[in-house]
Amino acid sequence: MAWIDLANPTRFLRIVDRVLPWLTAATVFAFAYAINGVLGAPDDYQQGATVKIMFIHVPSAWLGMFCWGMMSLSALGTLVFRHPLADVAAKAAAPLGAAFTFLCLVTGALWGRPMWGTYWVWDARLTSVLVMFIMYLGLLALWRTVEDPARAGRAAAILTLVGAVNLPIIKFSVDWWNTLHQGASVVRLGGPTIDPSILIPLLAMTLACTLLFVALHLAAMRNEVLRRRVRTLRLLQAQTARGV
Amino acid sequence: MSALSALLVRDVRIALRVGGGAMMGVLFFLTVVTLMPFALGPDLALLRRLGPAILWIGALLASLLALDRLFSADHDDGSLDLLLMGRVPIELAVAVKGLAHWLTTGLPLVVAAPILGLFLNLEPKAIAAVVLTLLVGTPALTFIGLVGAGLTVALRRGGLLLPVLVLPLTVPVLIFGVAASNAAVVGPVPFGTPFTILCALTLMSLVIGPFAAGATLRHGLE
Amino acid sequence: MELIGKELACTRGQREVFSGLDFRVAAGEALLLVGHNGAGKSTLLRLIAGLLRASAGTVSLDGGDPELSVPEQAHYLGHQDALKPSLTVTENLRFWASWLGDEAPALDAALEAVALAEIADLPAAYLSAGQRRRLSIARLVAIRRPVWLLDEPTSALDVASQGRLAELMAAHLASGGLILAATHGPLGLESARELRLGGRT
Repeated sequence: MAWIDLANPTRFLRIVDRVLPWLTAATVFAFAYAINGVLGAPDDYQQGATVKIMFIHVPSAWLGMFCWGMMSLSALGTLVFRHPLADVAAKAAAPLGAAFTFLCLVTGALWGRPMWGTYWVWDARLTSVLVMFIMYLGLLALWRTVEDPARAGRAAAILTLVGAVNLPIIKFSVDWWNTLHQGASVVRLGGPTIDPSILIPLLAMTLACTLLFVALHLAAMRNEVLRRRVRTLRLLQAQTARGV
Repeated sequence: MSALSALLVRDVRIALRVGGGAMMGVLFFLTVVTLMPFALGPDLALLRRLGPAILWIGALLASLLALDRLFSADHDDGSLDLLLMGRVPIELAVAVKGLAHWLTTGLPLVVAAPILGLFLNLEPKAIAAVVLTLLVGTPALTFIGLVGAGLTVALRRGGLLLPVLVLPLTVPVLIFGVAASNAAVVGPVPFGTPFTILCALTLMSLVIGPFAAGATLRHGLE
Repeated sequence: MELIGKELACTRGQREVFSGLDFRVAAGEALLLVGHNGAGKSTLLRLIAGLLRASAGTVSLDGGDPELSVPEQAHYLGHQDALKPSLTVTENLRFWASWLGDEAPALDAALEAVALAEIADLPAAYLSAGQRRRLSIARLVAIRRPVWLLDEPTSALDVASQGRLAELMAAHLASGGLILAATHGPLGLESARELRLGGRT
């Protein structure tokens, strides 16, 4: 029932207007709690305070992947169920996913500078993220190339699904490539036994960032719905002016 | 003068709006540079040594990317006819279109080069040298490309032909661009020697490009 | 002012489109080019517009600006509308006005004349074929050039727009301009002479 309700853009806008303030408040709250935890977390005995970059790096890596997964679901919604909000969701998610992936790369580089003595190494994990970032940019370029949102939506949906199938293959290939070359040393997090003093703030930070993502995504979806209405109105304006 | 500035504004605007190709070149540049280590291996010392060459090859290919639409888009919608009927010589119009194309495709490559330099582990001095040579050299690539873009209009379906026609002409620019970048880091030639030749090549192409492209457009009308 | 074509010949590929063609159009006159498909109507217009080279003969404009060539004093309305879909109606018109003319263009009046003023801020991508045609016609109004070369000007236009185009052409003739138009149907001009091309077939 709720699913059918959401299919109506007007009702969707009303629900977003009601939910968004609460979601924003929850996000602020979660960040306050998480940052408090991060500040209280002990420094690494080797890495010092730079280890704190991890508290942004890991959540943004998670969101970069999460976002592609979400876009894949939306792509199915566009292609299979023809849900009217599916490609709105996909379009609104793409810049956010790209932004979090970019954040992941930048924090990775800043973290790498004291660790490896250079901003960038072709480490398997970072490189996979870089390839994903390029795919995000390609997707954004695709959205920008086609003016008609419905047509662009179908094309982007196909690309998203192909990407979703290929991302694991890319990840596997990059891992293989990297071990083959015995490349730079890979920094590993402390394995499965992360100390709770770090694990809890990390989980809190991940939750806070995810909430932020959802809030931004809903707001972006609202903007996209409104933007499409403006477009429809202007098309209508051109049509009615025809008779004059 | 106002006609030419109007043309510049128009072309830049079209490139930046929906459907324009302003950022495609940079995206292509990023992709090509990212692919290189997959072929060469993640050896940072090797990448550092090859870095200037990789960046130059990437920029060269990226600057060719949107070139085939430069005149053919105007030809297909009838704009080229009207451009030829203006009171401005077609050579100047071609030069301005080249400038607009460089601003929207060449300049972003120069801006992106330092970031890609970090990927290739270049030292700051090498990055500065590559950026400087690209800043001077990419206009030459665009203006040599004008000739190919003009020929694609004359030959109708020349889009695939364009890289084959243009790439050999860019050899001198590539040689002195990479040579200057390397000279800045390892020597033995001082940076200034190849760099001055690169500047000369650019100045020459700024003159030759518009005249040759203008001639191809006039003949393309037959 | 008089547009004179003397002994014009044009070959495209191996085929001779026409040869030994003479015509004169004085100020205030309209000359309609008629003939079957492929008779050379469009070719003649493009030749006068300087977009094709004549294999023989000359085109001159007596009483025109001696510093300017014939194409620089002519408007050419071809089959294509020369519009960029991503630019707005006004941006498209403003560009062609500043490219084709020197004086300050009367953009608003021109858009008013083709009944596009109320959608001046829309991207050209949103326009219908008829509206695109009208926007293309607006540049003839915005910038004054004495010679109008029109290739099938009424294509894609509805009856009301055809009437408006006829008024614009009549006003242009009344102000001392001259018109050459290739057409299959009537243009709504009362005193127009006809030049039949490809008569030998």
